[in-house]
Amino acid sequence: MPASIPELQQRLAEQRYVCDRGLAVSLFIALKLGRPLFLEGEAGVGKTALAAATAAALDTDLIRLQCYEGLDISHAVYEWDYPRQLLELRLLEAGGALDRGTAHKALYGDAFLLKRPLLQAIDPARTRPAVLLIDEIDRADEEFEGYLLELLAEFQVTIPEIGTVRATTRPLVILTSNRTREVHDALKRRCLYQWLEYPSFEKELAIVRVRVPEASAQLATQVTALAQELRTQDLYKVPGVSETIDWVSALVALGHDRVDEQGIGETLGVVLKAREDVDALRGGRVTELLARAAARAAGSA
Amino acid sequence: MNAPPGDALLARLLGFGRALRRLGLDVHTGRMLDVVEALSCIDIARRDDVFHVCRALLVHRHEDLEAFDRAFDAFWSPAAEAEPRSASEPGDAPGKKPASQGPEPMGLLETQTDAAGAAGEEDSLDVPAWSDLEALATKDFAEFSESELAAARDAIERLEWQPGVRRTRRWVSGRGSRLDLRRALARSVRTGGDMVRLPRRVRRLRPRPIVLLCDVSGSMEVYARLLVHFAYALTRRHRRVEAFLFSTRLTRITRELRASRIDDAVRAVSKAVPDWSGGTRIGASLQEFHRRWGRRALARGPVALLVSDGWDRGEPAVLAAAVSRLQRSCHRLIWLNPLIGTQDYQPLTRGLVAALPHVDEFLPARSLRDIAQLARILGGVGREGREGRVGRVGGEGRVG
Repeated sequence: MPASIPELQQRLAEQRYVCDRGLAVSLFIALKLGRPLFLEGEAGVGKTALAAATAAALDTDLIRLQCYEGLDISHAVYEWDYPRQLLELRLLEAGGALDRGTAHKALYGDAFLLKRPLLQAIDPARTRPAVLLIDEIDRADEEFEGYLLELLAEFQVTIPEIGTVRATTRPLVILTSNRTREVHDALKRRCLYQWLEYPSFEKELAIVRVRVPEASAQLATQVTALAQELRTQDLYKVPGVSETIDWVSALVALGHDRVDEQGIGETLGVVLKAREDVDALRGGRVTELLARAAARAAGSA
Repeated sequence: MNAPPGDALLARLLGFGRALRRLGLDVHTGRMLDVVEALSCIDIARRDDVFHVCRALLVHRHEDLEAFDRAFDAFWSPAAEAEPRSASEPGDAPGKKPASQGPEPMGLLETQTDAAGAAGEEDSLDVPAWSDLEALATKDFAEFSESELAAARDAIERLEWQPGVRRTRRWVSGRGSRLDLRRALARSVRTGGDMVRLPRRVRRLRPRPIVLLCDVSGSMEVYARLLVHFAYALTRRHRRVEAFLFSTRLTRITRELRASRIDDAVRAVSKAVPDWSGGTRIGASLQEFHRRWGRRALARGPVALLVSDGWDRGEPAVLAAAVSRLQRSCHRLIWLNPLIGTQDYQPLTRGLVAALPHVDEFLPARSLRDIAQLARILGGVGREGREGRVGRVGGEGRVG
């Protein structure tokens, strides 16, 4: 557990995650108070990456639960291994050892319990608190939110067949949402709330430099400035930081150490993911964009 | 550093909490105790860190961040520290009206009936009988009197809004082809290892979400009030409705419609919309919808209702592209047009001609009968996929 906010920032930096003061404060308090951290923001601003970096910085496991519609207990918490249970039942029967009391004990033992992410995170056998990432909670349906609320209050799960499982060390819980729907206030109220913005030019450049160290300084600066320019355009799908990183990596892979119109043309699909957006940037717009990006980079230098 | 905050600080924090509540943030006292605890973990001499701690703990909605930032600045500025009394009234913060405000400005939506409505609510004698409603059923909304409008509102509220269902990914027990192994096993233990009956499970069905996009530009002015009532009634009857109004720009009114009384909702909506009866830029407004709200509002296979007369002043190509994108992102796109059914109406405006190929249904919406028919059509929007989806090319609106 880091002793101070700068130390936390430093440890995240070692994991190549550039974390500004506000986010570091929230994360630090989340660790201190044992509260979940709720990260909201557009796609590609580094929500999931923060959880991964935090787990690495704290030298502990990252347990990830990707949410989707219809996510239920059997995929999020636990499930019994039915085929093996049925087999066991037959074996017991064949051995003549079948009576109600022993059958129940034999069938619902640890060996037949499939632990899904939430149960893994609160497993009493765990000695270090894990980082539990509940990714894109907005994709799960409301019933699941209700369940999660209960879990986050007590950090315990009741399995009817065996009883209550309680965490001995509470995990650090990080929830993310892309706001495809409004997550219920009751859940957000339990958490520390952090809105992640698209980073400033300087911050994004710093991120690009640490994530793609093999890119030349000129390429990193140019592409970051271009990404910043693209975010001011009327686009259906605005590129996130992860797209900027991918874009630089793609250009590096193609052997560019600076970017020109041709390079942009070849790699536009890495940053723009809607046909309308790609169409909008055909023709003279790219030249104009390059000029503005150059001005922006020069202004910040 | 790390000394527990003193009583003076606590008192000030509680004052700050009250100030935030007055700004409409959802802050309760328990939360303030968390703040006190959190502040003991950091160096409270750093104003920035105190700010981030308070922000992370006291705000949980993106739209509240701005109000919080202003309130924090007003409350914890050096000037405010010097004079705590005035600071405890952050009503002075920019953008916030004093608590003892006079009557709020009346928006376009509120006319004499809304003001009188509150007083005359118990007076049920004014409500027309059903036989009167029969006569109203086919009358053009544009020709309605105030009392007839009230009756229409009631009728709309009584309609059953069930916009078809979709299959979700969640399982429930039922008669299907998939076995429910968990229950099968639990039962077999009870019967000594024999499977007497095999329980089965099916995908659960859920009503589809509704996205409502209403044109409230000048040419739609006579319908604007009823549209808001329509939106309110939908929101009341159906859990997942996203509602937007537009004329030159787009305003989301989903939250405003959640008010428990219709009058409050109408007041909130009329305040939220900056451009009642302005010009029409349907294409640009839809583009804005796609950019800002698309991912959010168009999840989970919704039925989209676009209410407009189609008088668009923008480029037809822009409108066509935006409508086409809308159709591709929802389960059914229904365009409701109050002009269908009027004498000799032909949807020939350039914008409409360009957009109609991308619309699943093009329906009239000028009378109560049309609205009732819409409710029926929504109910029939099935589970089936989108194959065979074609736009309506001709000008023949479906006229009941």
